[in-house]
Amino acid sequence: MNRAVAAFRELQRRDRVFPFLQEAAPSPGLDTRHGPILYVEGISRSFDGFQALDDLTLYVDDGELRCIIGPNGAGKTTLMDVITGKTTPDSGHAWFGSRLNLLRMNEHAIAQAGIGRKFQKPTVFENLSVFENLELAMHADRGLRRSLFWRLDGEGRDRLDEVLALIGLEARRRTLAGSLSHGQKQWLEIGSLLMQNPRLLLVDEPVAGMTGQETEQTAELLVSLAGRHSVVVVEHDMEFVRSIARTVTVLHQGSVLAEGTMDQVQADPRVREVYLGEEET
Amino acid sequence: MAQARINRIAGLHGPAGWLLFLLAVAAVLVLMPVLNRVVSPESIFHVPNWMLTLTGRFLCLALVALALDLIWGYTGILSLGHGAFFALGGYVMGMHLTRNSYADGGVPNFIQFLGVSEWPWFWVPFQWFWFTALMILLVPGVLAFLFGFFAFRSRVRGVYFAIITQALTFGMMLLFFRTETGVGGDTGLTNFQTLLGFSVRDADTRLALYLVSALAVIGGYLACRYIVTSKLGRVLTAIRDAESRVRFTGYNPLRYKLFVWTLSAMLCGVAGALYVPQTGVINPGEMAPAQSIEMAVWVALGGRGTLVGALAGAGIVNGMKSYVTAVHPDLWLFFLGALFIIVTLFLPRGVVGLFQRVRGEGGRS
Repeated sequence: MNRAVAAFRELQRRDRVFPFLQEAAPSPGLDTRHGPILYVEGISRSFDGFQALDDLTLYVDDGELRCIIGPNGAGKTTLMDVITGKTTPDSGHAWFGSRLNLLRMNEHAIAQAGIGRKFQKPTVFENLSVFENLELAMHADRGLRRSLFWRLDGEGRDRLDEVLALIGLEARRRTLAGSLSHGQKQWLEIGSLLMQNPRLLLVDEPVAGMTGQETEQTAELLVSLAGRHSVVVVEHDMEFVRSIARTVTVLHQGSVLAEGTMDQVQADPRVREVYLGEEET
Repeated sequence: MAQARINRIAGLHGPAGWLLFLLAVAAVLVLMPVLNRVVSPESIFHVPNWMLTLTGRFLCLALVALALDLIWGYTGILSLGHGAFFALGGYVMGMHLTRNSYADGGVPNFIQFLGVSEWPWFWVPFQWFWFTALMILLVPGVLAFLFGFFAFRSRVRGVYFAIITQALTFGMMLLFFRTETGVGGDTGLTNFQTLLGFSVRDADTRLALYLVSALAVIGGYLACRYIVTSKLGRVLTAIRDAESRVRFTGYNPLRYKLFVWTLSAMLCGVAGALYVPQTGVINPGEMAPAQSIEMAVWVALGGRGTLVGALAGAGIVNGMKSYVTAVHPDLWLFFLGALFIIVTLFLPRGVVGLFQRVRGEGGRS
């Protein structure tokens, strides 16, 4: 009894900050104490006889920046589809942290739990302005009533301005997203992802169609995100991968062929055979 | 907080928009009744009773157009079955009117044909107006909710959704055609006498119905405007343009679509309920697939995703329809078809789009 009272007193102390309050995670159920933020284990999936994913196992650590490469049809996009709930695998497990079973959640629940995805082809809401695109993506209650009576507060406005500056679209905040250039759309989509404040970002070919300078800026941005967020990048551009990658995973025919630093992976003879070899000859 | 509310509502329109809005409201709520009642019948500005009632009916149809624009223009879900919701609201009102037109204990012929001399159980509560008012919202609302839930959950979209809404209204029509359904069969419900104790043929009742219809359209317009200018409205637009992106942003499109779909059906129900006492009849013909398609033409002609366009489209098409069917009844369908082709080819953004082009705006709606 006395212990309970003491514990209650402890809770009332106003000078104490509780650890559970400090974890500013968008999702309360996320548990990364064991290291990895993403567990993909033994995932298989076939489409009409074509084995897109074949017993694929992959772990991504919290705060890591991971690049996934592989030739066409290696299963990169299908893997992203499985993680984000778009595709259900035939077998295997996928967990976000050690508590959230991704295979039991649907797309919007996964997004709310803190996984953000950037598509290969930039998809922005074309009939909304740049500002409205970001506002829509802002991390907030996604319920009907909150949306109907939503008002952007000062804090949210600051955050929006910050992201607008980061993606270099300050001057175009009132522009319809549909009239942006290709590279600007890519950046707007990345900005929308940042507004969601996800713990894990899945980025599918971020520099496709970008100029050299834009590619450099994107690389800088992704590197700066790692640490606070975990980032998984799927990319074809080997120069780009080399410039950002710490760990590279090579996919081939739906499973992991090799994993390691860029140099280790490039030295692997099997990798050279299926993928890099073609590049360098 | 209250201040914020007021600011939000004031922000529904710019100053010029509010001025136009107030002018339109004044014309409908003040000018029309004055021309009807105060101006002498000899004057060319006099509005006869029949024209007042006709305008009242047009206002009901304009409310339908608003409802359809909300779901089609903003959310990108084409419904070709809104006639069913409209007719359901109409039937609910028709049942109330019919029930109270036989206050002395008798029953209409179509009930006697069923072999009973008393009102069937489902007719009984319609003697109360409060129950009727509730059902005007609930009957179309619940049907739309159930239909929408299964359709949206299965991710039925686009033209497939449009087709099953046609099937919905067609099926409802067949159901209501049956005499056994107990709501008048193919002749429907007519010969109404009183509404809330007032004779429905009385000029004062007619004026009151007209004013209530006008208020319903004004209220409906402001509610729709509030929705489409809110963040919820932007989510709807986003669903229209890139639904999967909305999903990956963490919104559940099912909820948003169901909300706006059900709301749209309820608005149609209200419109139908106000339409029926001004027309004096409701029959299954209102559920014919062609009726629902015509509703889509109103919105397309006026301009999708603008609300104002829907109102204008409903007025233009129905005005022409009244005129053409009076002068050349056979030509109406050809006329409607031509109108639709012209809009599709030359006015992809409708009459409102034409105005915007003239004013050199082009950009946003």
